[in-house]
Amino acid sequence: MVPTQYYLILSAILFGLGVVAFVFRRNIITIFMSIELMLNAVNLSFVAFSQAMPANGGHKLDGQIFVLFVIVVAAAEAAVGLGIIILTARNRQSLNVERVNLLKL
Amino acid sequence: MLILNQLWIIPLLPLLGAAVNGLFGAKWPNKAVNTVALSSTGLSFLSALEAVREFQGYYQQKHEAFYKPFFDWIFTGAAAGNFRIGFDLQMDQLTVVMVLVVTGVGFLIHIYSTGYMAHEGGYYRFFSYLNLFMFFMLILVLAANYVLLFVGWEGVGLASYLLIGFYFLKKSASDAGKKAFIVNRIGDFGFMLGMFLIFRTFHTLDFSTLFAAVEKSGWPPEAWGVFGTFTAASLLLFMGAAGKSAQLPLYVWLPDAMEGPTPVSALIHAATMVTAGVYVVARSHILFERSETALVVVAIVGCATALFAATIGLVQTDIKRVLAYSTVSQLGYMFLACGVGAFGAGIFHLMTHAFFKALLFLAAGSVIHAMGGEQDMRHMGGLSSKIKVTYRTMLIATIAIAGFPPLAGFFSKDAILFGAFTVDGEHQGNGGHILYAIGLATALLTSFYMFRLVFLTFHGKQRYDEHHVHVHESPWSMLGPLVALALLSVVGGWVAAPALWGGVDHFSEFLAPVFGVHEAPGLSEATAHSLELALAGVAILAATTGLLAAFWLYLREPKKPEQLAESMQPAYKTLLNKYYVDELYAAVVVRPLVWLSDHVLWRIVDVQAIDGTVNGIAHGAAAVGDSVRHTQSGNARSYATWVVVGALIVIIIVFWPALKPMIGMVTK
Repeated sequence: MVPTQYYLILSAILFGLGVVAFVFRRNIITIFMSIELMLNAVNLSFVAFSQAMPANGGHKLDGQIFVLFVIVVAAAEAAVGLGIIILTARNRQSLNVERVNLLKL
Repeated sequence: MLILNQLWIIPLLPLLGAAVNGLFGAKWPNKAVNTVALSSTGLSFLSALEAVREFQGYYQQKHEAFYKPFFDWIFTGAAAGNFRIGFDLQMDQLTVVMVLVVTGVGFLIHIYSTGYMAHEGGYYRFFSYLNLFMFFMLILVLAANYVLLFVGWEGVGLASYLLIGFYFLKKSASDAGKKAFIVNRIGDFGFMLGMFLIFRTFHTLDFSTLFAAVEKSGWPPEAWGVFGTFTAASLLLFMGAAGKSAQLPLYVWLPDAMEGPTPVSALIHAATMVTAGVYVVARSHILFERSETALVVVAIVGCATALFAATIGLVQTDIKRVLAYSTVSQLGYMFLACGVGAFGAGIFHLMTHAFFKALLFLAAGSVIHAMGGEQDMRHMGGLSSKIKVTYRTMLIATIAIAGFPPLAGFFSKDAILFGAFTVDGEHQGNGGHILYAIGLATALLTSFYMFRLVFLTFHGKQRYDEHHVHVHESPWSMLGPLVALALLSVVGGWVAAPALWGGVDHFSEFLAPVFGVHEAPGLSEATAHSLELALAGVAILAATTGLLAAFWLYLREPKKPEQLAESMQPAYKTLLNKYYVDELYAAVVVRPLVWLSDHVLWRIVDVQAIDGTVNGIAHGAAAVGDSVRHTQSGNARSYATWVVVGALIVIIIVFWPALKPMIGMVTK
């Protein structure tokens, strides 16, 4: 069996990539994708923990259930987020996040 | 017992008058305003008369002071030791004298004011203040405990301030008002300390309870030089009295108080308020009598003030200022009487002084009225034939104050000088004779400066320009009170007259329940009587000398005073400048205080410390906000960065124990 640390290290690397992409990329869609990356990195550690925790002869399922919730929320978020992105793109003819700065002083 | 049981009605009536005039009088015609003012004081006078009549009956039966609590003003309950200050009024023989003087003279002066103030602005304001003064003064004399007395005490101070500064657009008047108020605060400070001390020692401030406790305590009287409770309490109370009654060294406000309208000078700064100090000392006589030091201090201060003020009065040229210094001097006389234990004589002089000094001021007001506002006696002269009634009444008052028999001043002054001459005391030696000599010298000076005033004003050559000044007699609303007061100045002393031919001094007999019988110690009745006659003779001689000197200097040889002033230039200048006391106080007290307030309290403490702290906090908050607001860039990616930074910090904090060895490895 693959040791749990490996999953966790992979999850951390994916999450770190997501963070870096989120901070440094300017394209809204890329940023959006980096959020998905971070969510899925977390999902990965959830399932890894689920598998690592035995219960009643099988595995403890809490982690997997959490993953299902995260997927549902992520889907909902994707729906709303893409809607916002489309509106932004229509209004500004651009996907550059630097230009979405109406709140700036 | 109709009024006596409702004693509060006497002070309440003037308060109502003050409130009605003060609130609604502004739009009313003068007639309505003075109807309110006169009826309130007049009714107050009548109810005082009725109360006194009822009190006589009460006293016949019970042989004690009438005392009635009306409501609790301060009551702490049992938890705080049942400390109670009530709105309690009392009436005894001393109160009778004071109430009648205050309401009677007050009423006359109200009548006078309707004529004197008729053409002045702020007519309703004047009467409102005047009634307010009456209210507080009556509270002062009717109060049955020190705290309520103090309410009246401060209240008359307030009324005095308002009335001195009545012409508040005039800088000198508003300054004089402030001066009076501030100088009085110094005395009041002592008065309050005295009250605290009395309360701490005896746990009560009610007169009857306190004095009974003092007598029951069995503490021995404190001899000269012993500073016990009685001495301390008496001296502190006397400090308050010296402020209110314009004694050395706190007398400086009274001459300046002449900036107020003349009826105010007559009522407040001659007849009633300034005698409150004498009243307090007399009221507290049980404390004072138990401290020889306090009595000696009172006597010396009174005596020194009497002489000091009289000498200043010699050279003043403003008619009201002469009378002001004369008032200070006569108040000194009253304290001298209290200091030698002759409290009855002090109160007697208080009463007669109220009559003739009020009359002098009112007559002076009438002269000023006649001269169209002129107050300088050098610009008067020869008025006797033009304003006859004023002249005659003023002459009567002058004879009365100078101490010629059979007018009022003679008897009261005589009683005081007799008291001073025969004072007993273990350590005073012949101190009484010194006090007597100074008192006698003051009597001579009094006679001199008063006749100087009369001669300069009414006799001699006319020194004003008839084309500019149209001299006219005042209306009867002003002359009526003058005549009434002149009558009182004549007969006011007669109650004590029988003492001269060996009879009973009815006045001190009347006050005996309050003060006890004051007897000349170590003298048989016959000796005392012949001594009294001899002293009276000497006093008349002194008064005559003063009269003749004034007559010679100001009528016979009108050039002489100037030559005298010329030849004694330094002395004359010193007197004219009132011994430079005001200048001294300005240099020693006022200017350092102003400097301190200006350079330290204002520029450093206020501007830098207090304002600096408040402004510094505000500036600091603004500066922090200004630098922190740049984090709110509106840029989504910078927010994301902050989130990451925050997450990293949280991770470092949470995993610190695990991270520490790793950092150690790296740095090694």
